[in-house]
Amino acid sequence: MRRFALIALPYTWLLALFLVPFLIVFKISLSDIALAIPPYTPTIELTLFNFAGDEDLWWFQNISTYFSQISLAADRQALKVVMQGLDFENFIFLTTDSLYYKAYLSSLQIALISTTLTLLVGYPMAYAMARAPQEWRATLMMLVILPFWTSFLIRVYAWMGILSNEGFLNQILLWSGVISEPLTILNTDTAVYIGIVYTYLPFMILPIYAALDRMDDSLIEAAEDLGCSRMSAFWLVTIPLSKNGIIAGCFLVFIPALGEFVIPSLLGGSGTLMIGKVLFEEFFNNRDWPVASAVAVILLLILIVPIVLFQRNQQKQAEAEA
Amino acid sequence: MIASVFAPWDDPTEKPLIRFKNVTKRFGNFVAIEDLTQDIYAREFFALLGPSGCGKTTMMRMLAGFETVTEGTIELAGQDIANVPPNQRAVNMMFQSYALFPHLSVYENIAFGLRRDKMPKDKLDARVSEMLKLTRLEKFARRKPHQISGGQRQRVALARSLAKGPKLLLLDEPLGALDKKLRQETQFELMDIQETTGTTFVIVTHDQEEAMTVASRVAVMDEGRIIQVATPAVIYEAPNSVYVADFIGDVNILSGTAKPAGPDKYFVDWGANQAPILATSERPFADGQECHLAIRPEKISITKDKPEEAENAVQGKVLDIAYLGNLSTYHVEMPGGKVIKAQTANTRRLSRRDITWEDPVWIRWNATAGVLLER
Repeated sequence: MRRFALIALPYTWLLALFLVPFLIVFKISLSDIALAIPPYTPTIELTLFNFAGDEDLWWFQNISTYFSQISLAADRQALKVVMQGLDFENFIFLTTDSLYYKAYLSSLQIALISTTLTLLVGYPMAYAMARAPQEWRATLMMLVILPFWTSFLIRVYAWMGILSNEGFLNQILLWSGVISEPLTILNTDTAVYIGIVYTYLPFMILPIYAALDRMDDSLIEAAEDLGCSRMSAFWLVTIPLSKNGIIAGCFLVFIPALGEFVIPSLLGGSGTLMIGKVLFEEFFNNRDWPVASAVAVILLLILIVPIVLFQRNQQKQAEAEA
Repeated sequence: MIASVFAPWDDPTEKPLIRFKNVTKRFGNFVAIEDLTQDIYAREFFALLGPSGCGKTTMMRMLAGFETVTEGTIELAGQDIANVPPNQRAVNMMFQSYALFPHLSVYENIAFGLRRDKMPKDKLDARVSEMLKLTRLEKFARRKPHQISGGQRQRVALARSLAKGPKLLLLDEPLGALDKKLRQETQFELMDIQETTGTTFVIVTHDQEEAMTVASRVAVMDEGRIIQVATPAVIYEAPNSVYVADFIGDVNILSGTAKPAGPDKYFVDWGANQAPILATSERPFADGQECHLAIRPEKISITKDKPEEAENAVQGKVLDIAYLGNLSTYHVEMPGGKVIKAQTANTRRLSRRDITWEDPVWIRWNATAGVLLER
């Protein structure tokens, strides 16, 4: 019973805060747009249920009835009714406008490039931290986490001040004579990369640091003893042994970067196309909840692939350590 | 038998493989090795023995190239190796933690050093197979280090460090992580492998039994200095100091003053109102010089009745008996309170032992039984 209660806790959490909202979003994505509050006309609800009154309870009943409906669908007729009720026109609409798949591809590209950049910046930092004298490590760790104490939004705004044409960066470069004309960085993809790398760097550093910190130093000595140079010992021993940290860090950066909205809106330009931004515009500017929900569902499907891979990596790591 | 006459250190024409010449190693203000000079010969099984912090590991790490020498030189086969990095030394090391690469199979661990030398595939395969056979690991070639037992891991580490055919193999507490029974078996395996491959082994250990079993010579170290270097038998029977006598095995130390009593013979005055002890010593002592007599417990016999014609016999009282199965050790309190350990072998099964606690007994030993030491 106690074991059941222990397992029930995280699953209830997932059910209430992930699965249920997802089902609501999915339901909206199958609805039609309408001039109403909320601005859509549900399609499944009409075919399946007639609950109106109790707003707080409707999703409980919604789900339970939905599942019982499916289980009862030994009666095929009932299932047919359900299937007919599903209306994928919003998903079909996404394929007709090139904006959407371009936004998905561009998001993937930006997420991939910024993950690579974060890795290139984060790995040396994690390596240096793991090699630092023991008494320094806690301080260095603190410095990595410290930016989280300030609001994310303020930190991104701060970058606007640094990167703009009259910003600190241009002022310093002009003053030192490196450039004669101010560089246009703000409102370009470069600014988005800078923003993402800066924001997600701790997520890259921490897992890699954890992997490197656990590594036995005598392994490097053994590699050198057996004929490796410092460099080849690094490639043949250090990198493979920190592989799990690298994979974990990359997913922790890639997954949020893919759906990133704040950084491209504040630092990116009109040319920066990211699916998070499209989603926001559909939702608030167009007030087209059904299409926005369809965009979100597709985004989730794209994210599920790396999330599943990430989970498998974690599991393999746990098995190897057992 | 060749092994019985293997003593290159007694042959003045023999060239040593390793020469430590006035080597000093300092870490900041701490002196780890102090002005150490020592030769080690080819095909030797040389043990560095001492308590932790005595500098034995530092000596080994200097040989491997992981520590630089502060002063003095280390020569390997006549060449100063001070500026040779570890990856270019014909020296391999077996690490205390084994340091097996967890991401590589047993086969790849052993092949690691060979691959760095760009050895052709067929030769590499043959060499790794040879090493697997030598260490009886053929069945485990495909396993990862975490899938095999501690004893097997130890053998992989050994095979890996031997694979490149080094001139010198360094073993850092190689058996420290094994349980006692496995350790004893592995000691003999190590000796066999050392003999088969003809490699020079330098082993670091704090376990005196291990050093005595495997080594051709043992160097007993303390605080950055080598106190004595000799064969295990000499170290045990003729230690050069109380420190060595005490570090190796069990010993009784009787301190007193020497008084010459004929050629190579001395009386040791060891306590008020006690008859002096007769001891032989090739080392000369002056009249009245302070000295320490070291006698191993097994050289002292114990009887209930007063022995006749004994060179040294003292009456005492049994305080304690430690029954070890094969041996019994008696703690005998002598007049004046000094406790002496005497050991007898339990050669007969279930014999009635007539000596028990509180019994008055006589202990006796010959003048040649002990070693007379200056310090």
